[in-house]
Amino acid sequence: MTNSLWGRLDDVAGDAGYDDHPPRMGFFTDTSVCIGCKACEVACKEWNQVPDDGYLLTGMSYDNTGALGASTWRHVAFVEKSLDVSTVDLGLPAMGPPEGQGQATESGDNGIRWLMSSDVCKHCTHAACLDVCPTGALFRTEFGTVVVQPDVCNGCGYCVPACPYGVIDQRKEDGRVFKCTLCYDRLKDGETPACAQACPTESIQYGEVSELRQRAANRVHELHEKGVDVARLYGADPDDGVGGDGAFFLLLDEPEVYGLPPDPVVTTRDLGSMWRHVGAAAATLVGIGVASFVGRRR
Amino acid sequence: MREQSMVPEPEFESYYGRQILKTPTWKTPDVPLYLFLGGMAGGSALLAEGAALSYRPDLERVARLAAAGGAAAGTVALVHDLGRPERFLNMLRVLKPTSPLSVGSFILAPFSALSGAAALSNLTGRLPRLGRLAGAGAAVFAGPLATYTAALVGNTAVPAWHEAYRELPFVFAGSGATAAGGLAMVFTPVAQAGPARRMAVGGAALEIAAAEVLLTRVGMVAEPYQQGRPGRLMRTARALTAVAAGATALAGHRSRTVSVLSGAACVTASVLTRFGVFEAGIASARDPKYVVVPQRERLRQRQAAEAH
Ligand code: SF4
Ligand code: SF4
Repeated sequence: MTNSLWGRLDDVAGDAGYDDHPPRMGFFTDTSVCIGCKACEVACKEWNQVPDDGYLLTGMSYDNTGALGASTWRHVAFVEKSLDVSTVDLGLPAMGPPEGQGQATESGDNGIRWLMSSDVCKHCTHAACLDVCPTGALFRTEFGTVVVQPDVCNGCGYCVPACPYGVIDQRKEDGRVFKCTLCYDRLKDGETPACAQACPTESIQYGEVSELRQRAANRVHELHEKGVDVARLYGADPDDGVGGDGAFFLLLDEPEVYGLPPDPVVTTRDLGSMWRHVGAAAATLVGIGVASFVGRRR
Repeated sequence: MREQSMVPEPEFESYYGRQILKTPTWKTPDVPLYLFLGGMAGGSALLAEGAALSYRPDLERVARLAAAGGAAAGTVALVHDLGRPERFLNMLRVLKPTSPLSVGSFILAPFSALSGAAALSNLTGRLPRLGRLAGAGAAVFAGPLATYTAALVGNTAVPAWHEAYRELPFVFAGSGATAAGGLAMVFTPVAQAGPARRMAVGGAALEIAAAEVLLTRVGMVAEPYQQGRPGRLMRTARALTAVAAGATALAGHRSRTVSVLSGAACVTASVLTRFGVFEAGIASARDPKYVVVPQRERLRQRQAAEAH
């Protein structure tokens, strides 16, 4: 079952044809320590010179960004929920709020639970966007990340509905698609991506994916020990529907609460079956054609 | 079984009700028209070859023109839909079997060239042998041209398209045959249009049956095909297809008027089907329900299976 369209794949860059390549790099976003400062959004825009994405007030808590898109490569989600669990020390590193309560903050009489999470392209092990791209504009880098080459993209838009996370999108004025590059230019210089560098709480951690997965497992274990049962990893499992994400998360609620699909599967998992059904249907059409000419001549 | 566990209106969580997937950027009418034209052109190329083999010159000419014209108009629609039309040729930079759009470009390009050459030869009477050869070549690509578009939409995360990837190729094959047969019925004298009538009726039966299976198999994701505007399009298409096929079978061979009217109805129905399928996909991408609820259900079933 396991092949390069689906399933577990340990050497992503090798599978893409790199003989000699650096380790796979990625993000571990620990949302339990995110304070919603949006430094990542700003740093990303500045470094990558991403144009503005409109100045709208959404009415969605402090989130006026809305969603990831062609001109939003980091998006901080703000979820407000009434509090039904007691607040727990989440162990915010370095500079937490006075009482070190991390994300669980009470305000006034109605306890409100804040969930904040900085979302980003997942740099999937099996990236549907890359699979379906007809021009080869989307490609796998030597770091195992997924990047669009703007000089090749012809704006066919196929990658847009292919992404199971709704990440990549078209810039209407431009016609082409854009998304997070995991700061490919900085990686080549051995530097940390802009968002991770700007994050003041180390909510966004950059590093080798294998090491980050270990770190994430430890963190979730630590939180469970502290009684934060709601902590869970998202996208860290190399056996999930996309073969695991290069950028994965620690969440404090169900993925859909943050606007993430609960069980994404790369569409190309079913590609073999799709082509077989297309083949059978094409043969049926030819059959109808032939049958139309045999038999009665009238 | 899956659909029963999901009725009535399921509860689910979301991020302020926002959609999870991105709405396809493919434009209307470009893309649904392209779906239609590909099917019509493919069916017509088959009709043209059969007509040539069975010596039905009027039918052959109509079908050759329909194949070539459909492919040319389809190419225009496809290029027009690109964000960067001037980079159309980048489609032919690589052949990627994982990208139905890439594979499709390598079907459309030779089909257009071959069907165009065959039509030109037929019209001018020049190089008749080469023209026939080109027509036969186009017929080889006809089946794939009419059906690959189902993999094109199926190979996305869009719930109403992806979940229907088994049935859509047959819906498209049937719809393509209906359109090709219908168009030929409009423009061909009744005496030569027998194969066109049979193709239209056969296509109609296939299309209606495949669409029916689709609705019963895909669970809650059938809703976008049944509700709102896409629902109306699909229902109208089905009714029109059934009536046109019925009239064709009963009286198509006797009356040119019936032939023209039911042929036109077949073509219209095929167009409506493609718009219906296209818009159902868009609607399913816009509503987080169609992403969250089936995926939750899948997780639940997997966990239940693991617990055993
Ligand atoms: S999250 Fe979407 S855009 Fe990012 S690599 Fe995966 S499929 Fe591509
Ligand atoms: S829009 Fe560009 S990057 Fe996306 S699939 Fe088309 S050519 Fe590839």
